[in-house]
Order: sequence, then C-alpha cells, then structure tokens
Amino acid sequence: MSREDVLVSTEWAEQNLEADGVVFAEVDEDTSAYDTGHIPGAVKIDWRTDLQDPVRRDFVDKAGFEKLLSEKGISNDDQVILYGGNNNWFAAYAYWYFKLYGHQNVRLLDGGRKKWELDGRALSTDEVKRAATNYTAKDQDLSLRAFRDEVVDAINTKNLVDVRSPDEFTGKLLAPAHLPQESAQRAGHVPSALNVPWAKAANEDGTFKSDDELRELYQEAGLDSGKATIAYCRIGERSSHTWFALHELLGLSDVKNYDGSWTEYGSLVGVPVETGTGA
Amino acid sequence: MADGCGAPAQAAVVAGEDTGDQVVVAGKVLAGQAPVGGAYVRLLNADGDFAGEVQASAGGDFRFYAAPGSWTVRALHRTGNGEASVRAEGPGLHQVAIAVA
Repeated sequence: MSREDVLVSTEWAEQNLEADGVVFAEVDEDTSAYDTGHIPGAVKIDWRTDLQDPVRRDFVDKAGFEKLLSEKGISNDDQVILYGGNNNWFAAYAYWYFKLYGHQNVRLLDGGRKKWELDGRALSTDEVKRAATNYTAKDQDLSLRAFRDEVVDAINTKNLVDVRSPDEFTGKLLAPAHLPQESAQRAGHVPSALNVPWAKAANEDGTFKSDDELRELYQEAGLDSGKATIAYCRIGERSSHTWFALHELLGLSDVKNYDGSWTEYGSLVGVPVETGTGA
Repeated sequence: MADGCGAPAQAAVVAGEDTGDQVVVAGKVLAGQAPVGGAYVRLLNADGDFAGEVQASAGGDFRFYAAPGSWTVRALHRTGNGEASVRAEGPGLHQVAIAVA
C-alpha cells in the first residue's frame, strides 16, 4: 500500500471537492467547529453521538453504522475523505472504524482541519444535505481491534506502544495537558510498553512525517517489526493516529488498536501497572 | 471527562476562579496589541516535546492543565507563528502571551 492510497493532500482535496463519488466527512468530538465553518460539502460525524453506543462503552453496532452512513448519504462505492481537529485524532479513529466495518475506500486528509486552516483555504457554513443511501456494512474485522485480555497477554511478548505524552506514560499526568486532570484511575502504563507519543509521528502542521522518518522513529524506540503490535492511549483516538502510521503508512501487517486504552486498563483490578520511564 | 479528549472552551482568565490543585498555563495570542482568534497553540515541555494543543478562542484565549515545570507555548496561525516561555512553579494560574508575526 502506498501513501497515496491512504492519504490525500489539502491541494488534492480542494481540487476534488465536487468530484463524483468522493464524500468529505469532518469527524470531531466537539462538533461546534464544524458549525462555524467546514470544508465545502463535507458532512458532519460526531465522534461521541454518532460513533459511540449511548449506553454501553462500545461502538455503535453494525446496524448502527449502516444507519449512520445511510443517513449521511455515504454509499458503499464512495471514496470517503475523513478530516478533523486535534491533528486528525478523531478522523483517524473514524478511519480505523470504517476499516473495521469493511469500508476499504477511505482516506485521511493529511494535516486535517488544522492544515486546511493554516493554508488559508475556504470554509463554508452552508448546510450540507446528501440524499440518503442504503449502506451495508461488514462484520467487525477484529484483526484490527485489541481487547483487554489480549493486552495483558501481550506484556513482554508483543510490541505495546503507549502513544500518550511522556508525563502521562510515567504517571505524572492522567490526561493530556489540554484537559483538567482526573484522578479516577491509576496512573502509569502497561509493563513493557514503549512510549512513542503520537505527536512524534506528525509535523507541527498536523501532516504525517515521511515514511523514512516514521520508520526511524519506531526503530529507535525499540519496536520489533517482526512482532505483532498493539497501540493504546487514553481512550483510543490518539492510538488510532499511531495505528494509521504503523499499519497504513509503514505497512506493518499485524497492528491492533486497543480502544479501551488507559481509561480501561488503568481501572482494572489485578493487572500489573508500571510507573516511571519503565526503561 | 474520561469519555472525551476534546478541549473545553478556551478562556485564559475566568473571573473569581480557584484553580485548586491544577497547574494552569493560560494566555492570549496577539498580533501587536490585537488578539488573534483561532490560532493553534501547542504546549511543549522543557525538552521541546509536544504535550498538548488547543485552538485559541475567537478572542485569542488558550489554556492548558500542565504539571509544574518550564514550558514553551507555540502558536501557529495562517498569518504567522510565534512562541513564548513560561515557568509554572506549582498550582495556580500562570499567564503568558504569545506574539505571532
């Protein structure tokens, strides 16, 4: 797979806003940004209300995903271009989620909303209406998704990549620095995990680093490319960004995202937790 | 908060606020004397490593919940970039302005 199969540039996006069979979708947790201006023609996907089950801590199920995409006017044959704020965290999460439910023709806008804005490209407040479709999803591809028991079993056997900031990894902070700090669960990391913060995979304008830079980054951190890999963060969106870098850009074959991440693992009774640098 | 990762609404200074045990690094993005709205503001630790990013409010406000230490705040905007340093000794509000050009 090449970079062009999974990423599009902001230039390409601007030239293809009205292309047949191409649907842009902005994915965010806080969708107020979309409402103040979005890429012209892009539909809105709310990470929390559209992609998460309202009661259980899990995704919407297959029928829910089919309903969502049908209502958004996305068909099985469409090429979906995902973008969002927070350096594409939630867009990368949605990308992983589209792949999980079998939609192969999906790409990320490199740099996301930030790059689009820094480029000074136009945003629109026009309401976007697309005709409903009859979307059909596949069963979840669980080769892309890790659950907690698999993470415990992976200690000292698989690559575990903790993509949170060094302060979260060592146990100094419980959440990213743009959020108030919580104290509901234990701080630290899964023993044997490498700490490669997601941000190291991105340039400051939000675009992904080059394949060579990415390869060097994970090699230097000690990732064994001959082993299976599980990426995690706090709630599974920053690790989607790293999952994208490892699986989609570098082409490592066995990479899973642990969407339960630290908010699940750090609250489990009886599992080992390590603090400090772990090295 | 555990179910989300999006930043709360950005306000550099909240009247009468008690930050409790939070180490708050906050301020405004400015071009000359005028606030610049919508800049992307990055928090970098003493080693220059990324720790967080928010988008400043329409009034240029930004806010981070950090740990004690030395920090750099760096703003990116389509009209220019800029950065500033701040030392946060402990809990409380640590204010810093960033000039972009």
